[in-house]
Amino acid sequence: MKIHEYQAKELLAPFGVAVPLGRAATTPDEAAAAVRPLVEASGNAVVVVKAQIHAGGRGKGSFKEHTGLRGVNVVTEGLSGGVEAAEAKVRELASQMLGSTLVTVQTGPAGKQVNRLYVEQGMDIARELYLSVVLDRSVGRNIVMVSTEGGMDIEQVAAEAPEKIVKVAVDPLLGLADYQARALAFALGLSGDTHKKGVALLKAVARAAEQLDTDLLEVNPLVVTGQGDVVALDAKMSFDSNALYRHPDVAGLRDLSEEDPAEVEASKHGLSFIKLDGNIGCLVNGAGLAMATMDTIKQVGGEPANFLDVGGSATEEKVAAAFEIITRDPNVRGIFVNIFGGIMKGDTIANGVVAAVRKVGLNVPLVVRLEGTNAELGKRIIDESGLNVVSASDMKDGARKIVELAGGAA
Amino acid sequence: MSTLVGKHTRLLVQGLGEAGTFHTDKAIAYGTNVVAAVRPGKGGQAVRFSGQTDHSGVPGRADTYDVEVPSFDTVADAVAATGANASVVFVPPPFAADAIMEAADAGVELVVAITEGIPIMDMVRVRRFLEGKRTRLIGPNCPGVTKPRECKIGIMPGYIHSPGKVGVVSRSGTLTYEAVKQLTDNGLGQTLAVGIGGDPVNGTNFIDMLSMFQDDPETEAVLMIGEIGGTAEEAAAEFIRAHVTKPVAAFIAGTTAPPGKRMGHAGAIISGGTGTAAEKISALEAAGVVVARTPSEMGDAVLEAIRRRS
Repeated sequence: MKIHEYQAKELLAPFGVAVPLGRAATTPDEAAAAVRPLVEASGNAVVVVKAQIHAGGRGKGSFKEHTGLRGVNVVTEGLSGGVEAAEAKVRELASQMLGSTLVTVQTGPAGKQVNRLYVEQGMDIARELYLSVVLDRSVGRNIVMVSTEGGMDIEQVAAEAPEKIVKVAVDPLLGLADYQARALAFALGLSGDTHKKGVALLKAVARAAEQLDTDLLEVNPLVVTGQGDVVALDAKMSFDSNALYRHPDVAGLRDLSEEDPAEVEASKHGLSFIKLDGNIGCLVNGAGLAMATMDTIKQVGGEPANFLDVGGSATEEKVAAAFEIITRDPNVRGIFVNIFGGIMKGDTIANGVVAAVRKVGLNVPLVVRLEGTNAELGKRIIDESGLNVVSASDMKDGARKIVELAGGAA
Repeated sequence: MSTLVGKHTRLLVQGLGEAGTFHTDKAIAYGTNVVAAVRPGKGGQAVRFSGQTDHSGVPGRADTYDVEVPSFDTVADAVAATGANASVVFVPPPFAADAIMEAADAGVELVVAITEGIPIMDMVRVRRFLEGKRTRLIGPNCPGVTKPRECKIGIMPGYIHSPGKVGVVSRSGTLTYEAVKQLTDNGLGQTLAVGIGGDPVNGTNFIDMLSMFQDDPETEAVLMIGEIGGTAEEAAAEFIRAHVTKPVAAFIAGTTAPPGKRMGHAGAIISGGTGTAAEKISALEAAGVVVARTPSEMGDAVLEAIRRRS
């Protein structure tokens, strides 16, 4: 689960991470009203207006509706014109940005609608650095990664100058040790009092990542100010969805408007669903089998409309909900149910499919392949239901049949 | 693979909820020696399992079973009383990491964690906890381990297996069943089928299993099933090139998966351009592995791998 930049900063601050002062806004008036308190508290007449969407690259991104307007805008009008001039500029920017579509390297060409802004104090930036905490699967631990190349895409740094990335693994029982944090801060070229501040921030960020169960915590850029402070100028966090149950405050930050409605609906039912561009709906148990089913549909000339894993412990209701979500997609010309029961029982799937078809109707061909635990029982339930279902003997047979029944390739 | 599981396995079950109970019954029907259940607060009680065995009608084997499985408050009690040497964990996600650590602390040699949805940070701590202990963890979020005709730990359907010479290792659950069934249908029995699980942090990886299969005199070929996300398949390819002399076939799921999306398994995500199926397939092929293009060709790929090495 992803959250917005301003939410990430609010979560990081209590851990002792220095962040700029800022206020979130959803209207031009709110954005303008944020200016005076920020200027008074920071003593800096410069403010920054930042679009809040769940995608990076905002600073270089541009709006579809406003040529030349960026996702992040520095407002310097206050330097000569006073707070009123800054407020007027922020109001003007906010009215253009809110409701408009921001396109960045991470949003894809369709872009994302901006519904929130973050108005932040301007910072006197001396250096831009990079910091992230991410799981390293090969060692089974979080690693803290830093680079002197702040503000850049870290994958680009990794490709072009890997020696500029320094990382250490965090012992989960000890946390990031002092000596590790010191070494990272030295690698960032920090010295004196700034080094001490850097060490404290690194330890705080590592602790936040562990305690909040993030699967990515990225501060890019981490800046050193003209006064020698070390501040998280941007923050990006995403969370391990399996751990959200113990962070209700974090779970409450979920912004459903940033997500695909069908995927949101599916997640409410505990289903793992991803919308794709094809026309063959898939209902499968198990992530690996669901991916393999998509691969097989493609192999025989079709295009999958979705990835859908009903999971190991699906109930009839869950299966019925999955079926409804698939049939709601107007592109779907056929549905392939591919089940190899283990923990999931064939009769549960069959009852769910039958119940769903009775409830929502069936306007497209349906091919069912059942194998594994209680498969025979499941087949009997479907046969006896009188529904118009084509059965398949194996995955490839099922894929061929549904692609043919759906009218060939997309 | 007599060392990992087999007739010597004395299994204890952690988590006798609906799924745990159902699959314990199936395991006993398969012939697994289930000796104990750990149910905190219900020590001293027993759970009865009875029915027809999977091998009823086979000469020399029992047609029916009727077993009282004693319950214990702690794993340590269960091990002391029954000599259990393996555990299967069906405990719900918030408590599963603790259950794994309890089993390891009690000296259980093999812990198979079926539970799906354990927080990643919990598994990071478990991995750290297991360092220096003799316990081997398989999973979590895995279908378990089956040695055909001898021992079934987990949730794999028993009937698809047949004894033979192919070792199977997989990150997927249901795709493992698909693979095993195809092998059986192709007349290729298995020494052992192991699902290592779809989570990013797990107890046993491809290399651990490849190494065991390479050293196992009964295993003559290996089928490995991977998927998008991470670099475990690439590491396995490197290990195969350097250390595995037996024929290896593979399948990688997720050729059609879009980048940046988590495909069900917590670990199945293409991020930052790494973890794609294409990279994994080319790494494996460069190591001499026969890679099936569709899951329906996994059985054929094993036959081809054997043919090439002979």
